[in-house]
Amino acid sequence: MKIKVAADPKSVLEGSLEIANYFGYLSGVHHVQVDVERDANLGNCVGGILVDINGEKYKVRDKKEAAMLFVQGVILRKKVKDLAVKKVLPPEESRITPEVLIVKRNFGKYRDIDGYIFLGGYEALKKALKMKPEEIVEEVKNSGLRGRGGAGFPTGLKWESALKEKASEKFVVCNADEGEPGTFKDRMIIEEDPHALIEGIAISAYTVGANKGYIYIRGEYSDVAENLKRAMEEAYDRGFLGEDILGSGFDFELVLRFGGGSYIAGEETALLESIEGRAARSRFKPPYPTQKGLFGKPTVVNNVETLVKVPWIILNGAEEYRKYGTESSPGTKLFSICGKANKKVVVELPLGVTLREIVYAYGEGIYGEGELAMVQTGGKAGTFVSKEKLDVKLDFDAIKEGVSLGSGAITLIDDKSRFLDIALNVIEFFEHESCGKCVPCREGTFLVRKIISKMVEEGKVDCDALQEIERIVLIMKDSSLCGLGQSVHNPIISLIRMLERGEVA
Amino acid sequence: MRVTINGREYEFGEPMTVLDAARKVGIYIPTLCYHPRITQSGSCRMCLVEVEGQRLLQTSCTTYIRDGMKIWTHSERVKAAVKHNLELLRMIHPDDCQTCEANGRCELQDLLQRFGVERTMDYYGNSVKILDESSPAIRRDLGKCIKCFRCVKACEEIQDLSVYAMVKRGHYEYPATAFDAPVYSTVCVGCGQCSFVCPVGAITEKPDWRKVLELLENEDKVVIVQTAPATRVAIAEEFGAEPGTISTGKMVAALRKLGFDYVFDTNFGADLTIVEEGNEFVRRVNKGGPFPMFTSCCPAWINYAEKVFPWVTKHLSSARSPHMMLGAVIKTYFAEKIGKNPKDIMVVSIMPCTAKKDEISRDQLIIDDWKPVDYVLTTRELGKLIRLKGIPFMSLPEEDYDHPLGVSTGAAAIFGVTGGVMEAALRTAYEVITGETLPKVEFDEVRGLDGVRDATIKIGDKEVKIAVVHGLKNTEMLLKKMEKGEAFYHFVEVMACPGGCIGGGGQPKSLDPDVIKKRAGAIYEIDEMMKIRKSHENPAIKQLYKEFLKEPLGELSEKLLHTHYKDRSKEYANLWKYYEEGKVS
Repeated sequence: MKIKVAADPKSVLEGSLEIANYFGYLSGVHHVQVDVERDANLGNCVGGILVDINGEKYKVRDKKEAAMLFVQGVILRKKVKDLAVKKVLPPEESRITPEVLIVKRNFGKYRDIDGYIFLGGYEALKKALKMKPEEIVEEVKNSGLRGRGGAGFPTGLKWESALKEKASEKFVVCNADEGEPGTFKDRMIIEEDPHALIEGIAISAYTVGANKGYIYIRGEYSDVAENLKRAMEEAYDRGFLGEDILGSGFDFELVLRFGGGSYIAGEETALLESIEGRAARSRFKPPYPTQKGLFGKPTVVNNVETLVKVPWIILNGAEEYRKYGTESSPGTKLFSICGKANKKVVVELPLGVTLREIVYAYGEGIYGEGELAMVQTGGKAGTFVSKEKLDVKLDFDAIKEGVSLGSGAITLIDDKSRFLDIALNVIEFFEHESCGKCVPCREGTFLVRKIISKMVEEGKVDCDALQEIERIVLIMKDSSLCGLGQSVHNPIISLIRMLERGEVA
Repeated sequence: MRVTINGREYEFGEPMTVLDAARKVGIYIPTLCYHPRITQSGSCRMCLVEVEGQRLLQTSCTTYIRDGMKIWTHSERVKAAVKHNLELLRMIHPDDCQTCEANGRCELQDLLQRFGVERTMDYYGNSVKILDESSPAIRRDLGKCIKCFRCVKACEEIQDLSVYAMVKRGHYEYPATAFDAPVYSTVCVGCGQCSFVCPVGAITEKPDWRKVLELLENEDKVVIVQTAPATRVAIAEEFGAEPGTISTGKMVAALRKLGFDYVFDTNFGADLTIVEEGNEFVRRVNKGGPFPMFTSCCPAWINYAEKVFPWVTKHLSSARSPHMMLGAVIKTYFAEKIGKNPKDIMVVSIMPCTAKKDEISRDQLIIDDWKPVDYVLTTRELGKLIRLKGIPFMSLPEEDYDHPLGVSTGAAAIFGVTGGVMEAALRTAYEVITGETLPKVEFDEVRGLDGVRDATIKIGDKEVKIAVVHGLKNTEMLLKKMEKGEAFYHFVEVMACPGGCIGGGGQPKSLDPDVIKKRAGAIYEIDEMMKIRKSHENPAIKQLYKEFLKEPLGELSEKLLHTHYKDRSKEYANLWKYYEEGKVS
């Protein structure tokens, strides 16, 4: 038995891949042997997804209908008149943004440094060492590269301000603490392309004038860190790290540091505290790390993904990089799709891609019985986005529409999840991860958790309490010391709004 | 720089924080974690202000003014945030004010009052309820802790001991000792800087004032009080006076009103210390060592030497601290005069110091079977006693100390400030060694508030290298230098607290950044007002030696006025056992 599901771009964006996956799921549930084929040429129909079972064309609007069709049409082998389609339209072209491989350029292509060099590795470092630091800064500034850790600060400006600082010693730090739940892009990079990271760090160090750098990797990544360690040893052996790199007279020592597992250690100032040997608690800003960072010296902290892009930009130029993405947010971004998605993957897409494309074309919709209820973008501190907003273009400006880009985590949530469960899950996380330094976040997260726990115990939502929660998180945003407290309102308030609109129960 | 605050423009010359700028022009901004003695953590979020052009509220204690800045300190947005944050603190802070040591001197209490913060949220209490009374010097009641980081920073930045660290996270964090060991078994020296900076009653001196109150109501003992040099320039702050107000006479009057039978002056003991210690130094100069000699009147420093640098114990002067000397003299020489036994007399010392409470529990200081000093009260505790008794301190008439142990010199007065012991000792040593009169009594080389000050002083044909250091962080640096042989001194004065005793852990709490300077100024003023400014010229001291002690470093002096030290560096080394014993909460 063969089921064909329309897979032309228009159908895909309407969720046809989700339906295709669902047929696969149903065949497993019912122990029925079927081939599910995604056919881009099958055609199209109005107001649903075109499905072909043994030459019969059906229209499926949601999973309920798909299940009915499966039982009637596949198991009972009947014709299902209710769902039959009379008029099949030709396949329709609707653009799905293709993946652009900048960060993922070398994924799966090499095993050791020889392979990396064969692929053109360390050429960017060679080129950079012949350039003036100011030229590199200019190139990175022109590329419009913005930090990929979540805050989106222009990398070129950060480097420039560190370059301008006069100090006896400067540091570069690679933030590989990827603690944002649902984000696993940096892990992929470290697994697949550690040398590009090392190259990027070396270039950043040369640019700002640092002779020592740290990679701060989260403790939970000890397995992939082995890969990174090996790559660093190789780079030292070949003279891409260490003294007098490639005869340029530039010395650079790179050290690997493990985090202790706290979420806040991913915040740059807390990360610096942690490297210094203290508990990871944020420092107040200003002074910014580029002025007074690690051990009081100017320090540039960059995310893994940001740094991996640098060699590519050096080699291909800022113009080339600007061809992707939008005016204010050029380039590509890694998205890690997770949650109830059928495909939990890391995809690299130009910024400005819509959430719908990510959810339906790359994540292939919700796994199993449930329907998509909402998406949380940007990790735990990001906003919950309702189905209505799937067409928002994802870039650093999307927050104006209430969609945060953050670390690029795309968490799919189905309609089986209840409001209180999601809210409790979110706030428990923040209560646990609040470092405890400042009052509004330390006690505010605790208090909000207490209020939500009480609602969970009582099993019902209390509107007055929700108002109180909103007040607490908004003051938390206004008066907290660091990004953690300042962003708790993102998930909480967007979730409350969805409850008010009846999009979550 | 032109800065607009609340719609009015001000001109500021030098860079400063928004908080300092606002205070300079008389605008009140609430603070809770801010303390001038330490670096700021920006954690309490009370000093928030609205800065035009900034998306979020800014903490004024960490934000520096810029030209053209527009600041609003009391907008509705600011007030709402501050009040909410206070509500959150009230949520975890117990309503124990009535019996709290910090009552009336509590920054949180003041802020709650100022902003009218009712208990609008459920009271959840603090995540920890550790009550640590192990130390004779300080008491930790962590149920009251508001986690402002002040104690952690004070211990780290002033003393470099880092007895406390914030452990755990979020609501559950608290300033813990290593492995949650009782604070007395850690490296803590009892200096009490943490109790000085604590904005609430979470860390206080170990309160002894109730016992003293009972003692005063007990008729069959003679209760004698002595007051340290540094208390007289600080006690008035407890009653709203400017730091550095000299109120010796009022303090004496208040102590009499409290019911003490005799009021003596620890300055007498200081003069005695100088005579003994000065002669000890002269003896070492004549014998050629051992050098360096370290002063021994700071009990926190003694603890530090015994716990951290045990080699120093061999170099410490054997002289007891001034109040111990005076206590011993009171219970022997003076007891005889009034026909009493040592055991019928109770001696209470009013000290700027919490470590003195620890000092009186030292076994080495027991003479025969009595303790020279029975209780130590801090300046703060004395203030509390006076308040509780309803004594109108500021309007009391000036009274004099009792004779003969209330007679003192200018040299004794400056014991209260860093460099003072050195200066006093030099005044005496110079005249003892050379037999000539000192041309100028002030030694400007050792004055000032730099962390380490050293000088070479010419005494007769000898060149004496001296150093003065205050704060254990500075002390540690100096001792490490000496260990490495990079520095050599004959005589070193160490005071554990910043500024010496005037900045002691038992002094009235103050948020005045210049409090040490002001108190030091008052101390030097007292010195200048004195007719006699050298310890060995104190007539009462001369009389004491003539009638009783006979000679400095004599047999009776050795028994009553000198002591010995021991290496305690192993005692706190094994804190791990507290973990193994499962005492960790």
